[in-house]
Amino acid sequence: MGVAGDARASVATGPNIEAGPWRSILARRLLPYALIAPAMLVILGVLGYPLGMLLWLSTQHYGLRELFQHQGEFVGLKNFATILTDAQFGYVVRTSLLFTAVNVGLSMLFATLIALLLERVSRFARMLLSAGLVFVWATPVIPAVNLWQWMFDYEFGIINWLLTHIGAGDYIHHNWFENPVQGFAVITVIVVWGAIPFLALTLYAGLTQVPRELVEAAEIDGARPWQVFANVTLPIVRPLLIILFSLSTIWDFGVFNQVWVLLNQRPSKDYFLIAVYSFQESFRVSQYGLGASAAVVMVVILAIVSVFYIRETVTLTTEDA
Amino acid sequence: MRRRAGRVFFNGLAILIFLVMTFPIYWMVSTALKPGNEILSLTPVWIPTHVTFDNFQTAIHVPFFWNDVVNSLIIVGSTVAICIVLAFLAAAAVARFGFRGRAAFVIMVIAVQMVPLNALVIPIYLFLDRVGQVDSLVGVIAYYMAVVLPFMIWTLRGFVANVPVDLEEAAMIDGASRVGAFMRIVFPLVAPGLVATAIFGFIQAWNEYIIAYVLLSTPSKQTLTIWLASFTTQHGTDWGGLMAGATLTALPVVVLFLLVQRYVQGGLTAGAVKG
Repeated sequence: MGVAGDARASVATGPNIEAGPWRSILARRLLPYALIAPAMLVILGVLGYPLGMLLWLSTQHYGLRELFQHQGEFVGLKNFATILTDAQFGYVVRTSLLFTAVNVGLSMLFATLIALLLERVSRFARMLLSAGLVFVWATPVIPAVNLWQWMFDYEFGIINWLLTHIGAGDYIHHNWFENPVQGFAVITVIVVWGAIPFLALTLYAGLTQVPRELVEAAEIDGARPWQVFANVTLPIVRPLLIILFSLSTIWDFGVFNQVWVLLNQRPSKDYFLIAVYSFQESFRVSQYGLGASAAVVMVVILAIVSVFYIRETVTLTTEDA
Repeated sequence: MRRRAGRVFFNGLAILIFLVMTFPIYWMVSTALKPGNEILSLTPVWIPTHVTFDNFQTAIHVPFFWNDVVNSLIIVGSTVAICIVLAFLAAAAVARFGFRGRAAFVIMVIAVQMVPLNALVIPIYLFLDRVGQVDSLVGVIAYYMAVVLPFMIWTLRGFVANVPVDLEEAAMIDGASRVGAFMRIVFPLVAPGLVATAIFGFIQAWNEYIIAYVLLSTPSKQTLTIWLASFTTQHGTDWGGLMAGATLTALPVVVLFLLVQRYVQGGLTAGAVKG
């Protein structure tokens, strides 16, 4: 991936770009723009325009009547004032932040441990575990939610049977979704299970790039394993860790599908993460303006996290040339 | 000696993690293959003793299954076909030309991948409602491009950049035109990357849920991810059918994913992993 930089340099200074008739120079100058133009137009149309419309919508009163008239009513920042002083929205934001922290933390923790484990096992064990992880990674999210729904079924779910039979208590006919803390635990299991493969395999690939000589040199100098990890391995994979952390944060803060499908499209108020809340306000309560302003809050928070991701990604791709 | 004991312990741990991680998938497939009395059994039947395809029969006879298979294929196929062409052009420009605004374009491509569709679905719905394209496949295809295109540009950029420029220059010295050199030298070398990127785009679009869920309300116009909800009614869930349906929905994706996984892993982290 690293040759973009020097490729560009050699094309710019290479023998091919010579003075020619002005038309061909112009054509050559314009060619890259012509090449990116179609993609640019599509991105502006299907992402830029809705994003702008979302911002505009967040300043509108837009209910059912407005939906039929296709015309909102401008109310300034009133929607934001409404949701920011709403106790329920406070609960939604707090829950989302806590949910994100727990899910990102657990995903990254397990992924790091598995990546380190993959480095230390025999070839057959590594092949077996990687293959298993790839299978889990490949499983689409909606079927995955359905299968966990079945595993946690209150009557015939295998989780209840297992917990009861390993002596963790009486889980016969235990309903996991009565208590939102337990319900969120189930959602966390689904999200973390789905996130581990990508994170662990990517981290493992990153770890294999750590030069062996550096590790050996540190060992010869008497560093203990955790010191080698903290002082040699960690600094080298740090950029990768930052990227994975921000990606996980972005994904987990926007969780919608898992909640929606798991709770059969009728989650109770306790389960409103910010994406669910925004959806509910718009499509169930028909307060599109309020829903849009919640979505704007979500986008703003995610944009802050994205800055870290984008900065690391851009630095990495430009410096490894 | 201590090292060997450690290795045995780690291997055991790896096998244990393998079992825990893959068990849910095994449970989905084995449930799909069990007769009803083995599914709804208070003591789990670990290995199906009377393997049956009844659940799959039920699943494909649930109303609109074939409709929704076709819809999924049309939507995903059109999206990928359009996007792979646009993405290839843009990727070639980014990887092969220095031009004013290149850095800004690259940053935009990375940044827009972070915009959650969950947030955009509200304006998308209202806009399509205004132009009368709610509940039409065209609207869904348009917005699936938002899911697929930026990722494709980014991944293909890596593939094009990986082809040494020397090859093209050699061809041009031998008299090929710029475009000719690109098409005859770079294109064949990038072809596997093109296929891998297209397949990964296919997977992403196939798995999409919220856009299809909001836009497509007529059962005969929906996609497979939405269709899966038809196994749950007020009377409860047909677990055997649902697991068979989930297996059928997941199967093409898993097969395709296994083909391209090693290609896209690098692309997903955007060049963070060198090599």
